[in-house]
Amino acid sequence: MEFTLISLLNGVTYGLLLFMLCGGLTLIFSMMGILNFAHASFYMLGAYLAFQLSAWLGFWPAFFLAPPLVGVAGALVERYGLRRAHRHGHVAELLFTFGLSFLAVEMVQLVWGKAVVDYRVPPSLEGTLFTLYSTSFPVYKGFMMLVSVGMLALLAALLAYTRTGLIIKAALSRPDMMQALGHDVPRIFTLVFAGGAALAGLAGVIGGNAFVTEPGMAAAVGPIVFVVVVVGGLGSLLGAFVASLLIGILQTFMVGWDYSIIDVARLFGMQLHSTSALTRLSLTQLAPIMPYLLMVAILIFRPRGLMGARS
Amino acid sequence: MLEVNGLHAFYGKSHVLHGVTLEVGRGEIVSLLGRNGAGRSTALKAIMGLARAEGSVKFKGEEIAGMKPHQIAWRGLGYVPEDRAVFPDLTVRQNLLLGVKDPKAPGRFRLEEMFALFPRLEERALVPGGVLSGGEQQMLTLCRTMMGNPDLVLVDEPTEGLAPLTVAQVAQFLLEIQKRGVSILLVEQKLAIALDISQRLYVLGHGRVVFGGTPAALRENAAVRKEWLEV
Repeated sequence: MEFTLISLLNGVTYGLLLFMLCGGLTLIFSMMGILNFAHASFYMLGAYLAFQLSAWLGFWPAFFLAPPLVGVAGALVERYGLRRAHRHGHVAELLFTFGLSFLAVEMVQLVWGKAVVDYRVPPSLEGTLFTLYSTSFPVYKGFMMLVSVGMLALLAALLAYTRTGLIIKAALSRPDMMQALGHDVPRIFTLVFAGGAALAGLAGVIGGNAFVTEPGMAAAVGPIVFVVVVVGGLGSLLGAFVASLLIGILQTFMVGWDYSIIDVARLFGMQLHSTSALTRLSLTQLAPIMPYLLMVAILIFRPRGLMGARS
Repeated sequence: MLEVNGLHAFYGKSHVLHGVTLEVGRGEIVSLLGRNGAGRSTALKAIMGLARAEGSVKFKGEEIAGMKPHQIAWRGLGYVPEDRAVFPDLTVRQNLLLGVKDPKAPGRFRLEEMFALFPRLEERALVPGGVLSGGEQQMLTLCRTMMGNPDLVLVDEPTEGLAPLTVAQVAQFLLEIQKRGVSILLVEQKLAIALDISQRLYVLGHGRVVFGGTPAALRENAAVRKEWLEV
C-alpha cells in the first residue's frame, strides 16, 4: 500500500513534468507539421538560466524570469530560423531543429562547462511535506506538482475561454482561412512556439534542481518527449497529457518492482525454466526501455496514438 | 472599387491565369463564369493573396498585390472559399466570432443580425461547425466573412451542392448584403443565378477573359455561351 501510494505520487509528479515538456511540442507539431528536435533544448536552457539567475538574484526571481526568457529565445528561433527554413520544405526544417539542438549543447558547455552545475532546491522548499507510513514526501515534489497543475489549468483555461485560445485552435485547423479572415497567422505561430518553449523552460526550471542540470540533460529527456507525443497521438494535447501520466506512473512503478520476467510469467500461470540472462532481468532494469517498448507497440497496433487524429 | 490589371497566377508549377483584367464597382455584384479549370477560383485566391500571382490588383485605389492575406483582409476585402473552411471543432457562434477582425470596432454586421437573416444558425449556435449540413455550413461561412465588415467580398461557388431552396436563400443573402453597400465578386456555376443577380459578368476561358458585359449582352451572345460555358 505504502509503495503503491508513494509510487503513484512520484509517478504523477514525473508525468506532469513530462507533460509540461511535451504539451508545447504537441502544439508546435499540430501547427507546423514537423517534430521540433530542439524542443528539449529549451528545457535545458530553462534549467541553466534558472541556475544562473538564482546565483545572481535568488531562486524566486529566477523562477519567474527564466521561463519568459526561454519563451523569447523560442520566438527568435521561430521568427528568424524556422520560418526561413520552412520555405525550403520539411526536411530543411527538421535539419534546422536538429542542428539547433547540437548548437544548444555546445553553447551550454561553452558558457557553463561540461560538468554538472550546482543548481539546488532552495532552502525554503527543502524538507518533508508529509510522511506516509514510513516514507517521506518532499516539499519540493509537492511544489513541482502544484506548479505543473497550476500551469496546465492556466493553459487549458486560455485555450478554452479566451479569444486568443479560439484563434490558436482555429489557426491549427485552417491557417489559410484564418489569414483570409484577417488574422496574422505567422504571428500566432510565433506566439505558440514561444509559449511551448516557455513551458519547456519552466519544466527545466523546476526539474533542473530536482534532477541534475548538465549538458546531457536535453539528450536524456529528448527521446522520452518524442515517445510521449507518439504514444499520445501526434497533435493531440489531451493524448499527450494521458501519455505523460501513463509513462510517468508506469516507469516509476517499474523502477520499484524487483520482479524478474520469470516471476511475472508465474503470475500469469506460466512456468518459465529458462536460465537465460534475458528472463532473469528484473522489471527495474527494464524500466528505462519501457517508454520505447510502449512506443513501438503503439506504432504497430495503433499508429495514430491513443488520441491522435492522424497517423 | 476593385481593379485587376494583367493578373497572372500560378497553381503549383502551372500557369493558370494569363493576364486577367477586370473591375468591380462600388455596390456592384459582378460574376466570374467559366468551365471548371478556367481559373475562376484561382483568380479569387490571387486577389486575396492566397495564390502566387503577378500583375496589379488595386483595391480602393491602393495596390494590394504582394500583400499578405491578413493585410488585404484588414483593408476591407472578404473571402468565402469554395470548400467553406468551417472550423469543425468550434461552435457555430465561435466560428462567427472569429470573423470579427477587431473586437473593439464593431462593424455593420452583428451576430444578432446574422441570426436574424439565418435563424437556423441561431438554433445551432452551440453546435460544432463540423456537424452542420452543407447548406448551413455555407450560410455560416458567408456570415463569418460578413462579421469582418468587408466592403467587397469574393465569394467562390456558394451554391455548389445545395438544395434548390437553400440556393435561393443564398442568392437572397447576396442581394441583401449588396443592399447594405457591400460589393461582390462572385464565382458561380449556375448561369441562371449569375444572370439574375449580377450587374455585370466576365467569362473566363483558359485563364483569359473571353467576355465582359451585362447579363443582357450575355443572354444575346449565344456564341460565347456555347463555346465557353455550356458543357
